[in-house]
Amino acid sequence: MRIPCPCCGLRAMAEFTYGGADVTRPAAALPLDPSAAPDADWNDYVYRRDNPAGPHRELWFHAAGCRRWFAVTRDTRTNAFLSEAVA
Amino acid sequence: MMPYSVFALARQALTGHRSWPAAWRDPAPRARYQVIVIGGGGHGLATAYYLAKTYGITDVAVLEKAWLGGGNTGRNTAIVRSNYLLTANSRFYEHALKLWEGLSADLNFNVMFSQRGMVNIAHSNAEISALHRRGNAMRLNGVDAELLSRDDLGRLMPGLDLSAAARFPILGGLIQKRGGTARHDAVAWGYARAADARGVDIIQNCEVTGLRRDGDRVIGVETTRGPIAADKVAICVAGDSGRLAAMAGLRLPMESHVLQALVSEPVKPMLDVVAVSGALHVYINQSDKGELVMGGDIDGCNSYAQRGDPHVLDHVVESAAALFPAIRRLRMMRSWGGTVDMSMDGSPIITRLPLAGLYLNGGWCYGGFKGTPAAGTAMAHLVATDRPHPVADRFTLDRFDTGDLLDERGSGSSPWMH
Ligand SMILES: Cc1cc2nc3c(=O)[nH]c(=O)nc-3n(C[C@H](O)[C@H](O)[C@H](O)COP(=O)(O)OP(=O)(O)OC[C@H]3O[C@@H](n4cnc5c(N)ncnc54)[C@H](O)[C@@H]3O)c2cc1C
Ligand SMILES: [Zn+2]
Repeated sequence: MRIPCPCCGLRAMAEFTYGGADVTRPAAALPLDPSAAPDADWNDYVYRRDNPAGPHRELWFHAAGCRRWFAVTRDTRTNAFLSEAVA
Repeated sequence: MMPYSVFALARQALTGHRSWPAAWRDPAPRARYQVIVIGGGGHGLATAYYLAKTYGITDVAVLEKAWLGGGNTGRNTAIVRSNYLLTANSRFYEHALKLWEGLSADLNFNVMFSQRGMVNIAHSNAEISALHRRGNAMRLNGVDAELLSRDDLGRLMPGLDLSAAARFPILGGLIQKRGGTARHDAVAWGYARAADARGVDIIQNCEVTGLRRDGDRVIGVETTRGPIAADKVAICVAGDSGRLAAMAGLRLPMESHVLQALVSEPVKPMLDVVAVSGALHVYINQSDKGELVMGGDIDGCNSYAQRGDPHVLDHVVESAAALFPAIRRLRMMRSWGGTVDMSMDGSPIITRLPLAGLYLNGGWCYGGFKGTPAAGTAMAHLVATDRPHPVADRFTLDRFDTGDLLDERGSGSSPWMH
């Protein structure tokens, strides 16, 4: 699989580290006050995933390249990248 | 069912082996069942078998979208062991191992369980300490474990590179002698035949496409062969757990990933144990046909593709050749991938779901084959009694809310790290 890095273009998967699903942190506006969001939201954020068979918004780190984190949408059934990567 | 025995073999030989009956029926689905099991892998078939055998519930259908054992059951490298650290896992997998020891006789089907020994290899003092700790934990839990010196390893595996010049010099190891391998297909076929003999309908080419519900209760399934009603529905679909949960409107603490394996061309006997190096991320054993069977880590990103990236296989082969230099010139014969259900703490889930009558068996990560007999036992118990089986009562879904996690590897909530 080749992964589209927004900086370096298509590069071999072996150069990258996976960062998992692009999930939204609860109470992102209040990062210093975790109690601003209910526990259930934190549990969902840490542990529960949509895990779709299809388009999946996910994070990659170009560890052996430009060392940038970026988000991209990939079809988990075909490995086709469906969006431009966003750094 | 015609029992398999030396007498049956002799009798069939007289007619040129042309009158063996089919091992199981191929019935059309009925309109309703007491219990529907979704997924005709080892776990689903074992669940059906123990429902019939232990709880007398024979009005059961196993629905398989493709063919029996065509999922991870037929793709896995068939290693069976119970060398776990955490008590909850140790007790479950040891229960499974004890069932494996009597499984061929119980099913009247040779699952070729071979207790050839499972060896962990250590390359550093830290790893030696970790193996001491693991061995002690195993023995405290009543599981067999013996530490091995470098010389012991050399006697067990003459091909192992024990020289100081090795890329990662070897210091010692740990063996579970009762561990080994089994024949993966035979496990599916043996459970299918034994369940069928007790009245279970095994229905292939029947994909579940939706759940039928009445309020907060499940009352059946939609399938590619029409709707089927049921009092209880048990999900045993491994890598597809998330898709089935989505049909019930649930999100699971789980991701689907691809795990690959490969075999070499067959060679004469050279390795009669299962060898694992955690540091090199590789395991290797030799099949009865002579092929060297190898695998390593998951690729590391969500996947339902059932195929993976070649760089992962490169790594497996490089590591295996670092351990056993003699295999360098072998050719690879086949590689393949399966979709594994990676849970957020690396341990399985056997639980009731919020919809009444709906049950889930999943989260098996790399290692559900060895758990097959115990998973079937525990799942059957849960479905029949609505209470968790004592050997699996920590495999809850709410542990991700209460914090009572079972993180065997200590790598946190990144499922691709377990
Ligand atoms: C390469 C590889 C190596 C492995 N090595 C080992 C090992 O050495 N030791 C070990 O213990 N474990 C190993 N595992 C893990 C092990 O294979 C799995 O954990 C185990 O097989 C899961 O059991 P199962 O029978 O439930 O899964 P499966 O055999 O995958 O069964 C699930 C079934 O559900 C069916 N299904 C899915 N969706 C639907 C639907 N909607 N309707 C109807 N049917 C459906 C699928 O077709 C499939 O047949 C390995 C896995 C892989 C991929
Ligand atoms: Zn880059």
